[in-house]
Amino acid sequence: MEYYLQLFINGLVVGGIYSLVALGFVVIYKATKVVNFAQGELVMAGAYICFALTVQFNIPFLWAFLLTLAFSVLLGLAIERMVLRPLIGEEHISVIMVTVGMSSVLKSLVQLFWGTQIRVYPQVLPTEPVVIAGLPVAPVYLAAFALSAVLFAIFSVFFKYSRTGIAMRATAFDQQAAQSMGIGIKNIFAMSWCIACVVSAVGGVILGNINGINSQLGHLGLKVFPAVILGGLDSLLGAALGGLIIGVLENVCDGAARQLFGLGGFREVAAFIILVVILMIKPYGLFGTKEIERV
Amino acid sequence: MQGKCGLFFTTYRGEAQIFQSGFQKLMIGLLLAVLLAAPLALNIHMTSIRNLIFISVIGAVGLNLLTGVCGQISLGHGAFIGVGAYAAGQCSLHGVPFPLAILTGGLITAMVGMVFGVPSLRLKGIYLAIATLAAQLVLEYVFLHGGVLTGGSNGLLLEPPKVLGFVFDSEARMYYLLLFFAAASLLMVSNIMRSRYGRAFVSIRDFYLSAEIVGVNLFWYKLVAFGVSSFLAGVAGGLWGHYTGYISAEQFNIGLSISYLAMIIIGGRGSVIGSVFGAVFIVLLPEVLNVLANSLGAFFPDIAQYIVALREGVFGLVLILFLIFEPEGLAHRWRLVKAYWKLYPFAH
Repeated sequence: MEYYLQLFINGLVVGGIYSLVALGFVVIYKATKVVNFAQGELVMAGAYICFALTVQFNIPFLWAFLLTLAFSVLLGLAIERMVLRPLIGEEHISVIMVTVGMSSVLKSLVQLFWGTQIRVYPQVLPTEPVVIAGLPVAPVYLAAFALSAVLFAIFSVFFKYSRTGIAMRATAFDQQAAQSMGIGIKNIFAMSWCIACVVSAVGGVILGNINGINSQLGHLGLKVFPAVILGGLDSLLGAALGGLIIGVLENVCDGAARQLFGLGGFREVAAFIILVVILMIKPYGLFGTKEIERV
Repeated sequence: MQGKCGLFFTTYRGEAQIFQSGFQKLMIGLLLAVLLAAPLALNIHMTSIRNLIFISVIGAVGLNLLTGVCGQISLGHGAFIGVGAYAAGQCSLHGVPFPLAILTGGLITAMVGMVFGVPSLRLKGIYLAIATLAAQLVLEYVFLHGGVLTGGSNGLLLEPPKVLGFVFDSEARMYYLLLFFAAASLLMVSNIMRSRYGRAFVSIRDFYLSAEIVGVNLFWYKLVAFGVSSFLAGVAGGLWGHYTGYISAEQFNIGLSISYLAMIIIGGRGSVIGSVFGAVFIVLLPEVLNVLANSLGAFFPDIAQYIVALREGVFGLVLILFLIFEPEGLAHRWRLVKAYWKLYPFAH
């Protein structure tokens, strides 16, 4: 039982990071209807920038973190302006493939600058484990979880009460109506990419603090899909919950497969098997908007 | 159908011909003659590149039928090719003759593809893309943990193919075998596209609701599209496995799916000739980069260690640039070139 409790808690922590990345994905999808296959690479880019600033330029961690966020804003702007804007109104497959191409480019840039080996962040948090419910948990995990929760709270408030947040929701609901109410759609698109990049970079920095980073970090981006499909593609709450649930489920399934059947590496597919099942029974997820077609 | 200057039809049958003019037939004949004579003049490396192109053409034209013509996005084609490779490989390991092994591999892949195509009735656009992505990752796991069936991480070792006692054990011999299969699959897809099925596929892609209203059974036609497309993927996989003589799970990763999608986007969606252009382009891209890197090696000695990263980056960049500046692909460029020469020198 303790084995599964440990798996559950580890799953929650990993799930917290999935939630963050899924949050970025959903912000983009909600506002621009772009399915971003480069979400994992955005995480990786943030993680490597922060790594370079702290380790290679010896900037204190907090400043490096803030600079990383500033860089992410620029990255988001650049991506939206140069890659996505020419493709507004194109078919699904074009938009999907352009983000796939972008992920290749980002991955290769990271490899060109930093190579493929694992890089380790300097320790910023104490390593002494904290005991929760009789189980030792590393403080960095707690910090990760807390940070995800805080970010989620900030975004909920932002989308609910701030002027820009409401404009973004309006754009997501009906682009033409939003435009005729005087909302600059292009600014909203740029803004949502910035937010997604910033959130992903935060996820990347947390991941870097947990177990170091390497150029395969981008694979994390694929895990976003089970999370957002479970939560509903255009729901922030869904992304947060979906990420947590997928994190826990895949960890527990992996542990169970290892213990009961002796199967290794089941973690990689568990989430996708769950994904297929969700698509079969409830394609719009827990909180997603149902698309209704009238003829 | 685009008519040519001075070419008119009095029957529907004539309009639906694949090769419409004598000139076109002549050119195809000349091209075939050149292709048949090519291995005599080429070294082994050049022939092997052409062999890879032929295999890619088969896979790309299959994917183009599904994604370009029928409009169903598949991110799982890399894994389907893998299914074909393993199925055909197991067949020939158990003593099934080569042509039958390839056919069985194709049919098994068609069945697997149809199973994953079933959700396409309910799922559209990005939901389908994500479902096929899941198929890709689940199949990858099966390849790696399939035990005796897939050889796990050791992979499968295959003998060179043998037809009626003739062994295809050199690059040049494989060349003719693969050329035959590539030409046959191009012909097959061209014929499907001018049939009732092809028109149904196009109508589903253009607007599925109208298609259903004019009596196209969406479920059946989507399923057929998945089936035929995966069949060709399976054939490509079977040939690839027999050609390299070794099948391992890493070959059929998500990157392979993406490069096949890149082929049809760069070549031109929904166009048979575009699939050929795309396959040629994507196979040649790393080769050209290698040649460039070698010639630049004198100036930048470190370039060899960056070549893998550079290759991926250039691939992504090419994909992005094509989508932004030439969304209809090389096939569109080809049409423009043809139109230019048709009226030359009196172009307005």
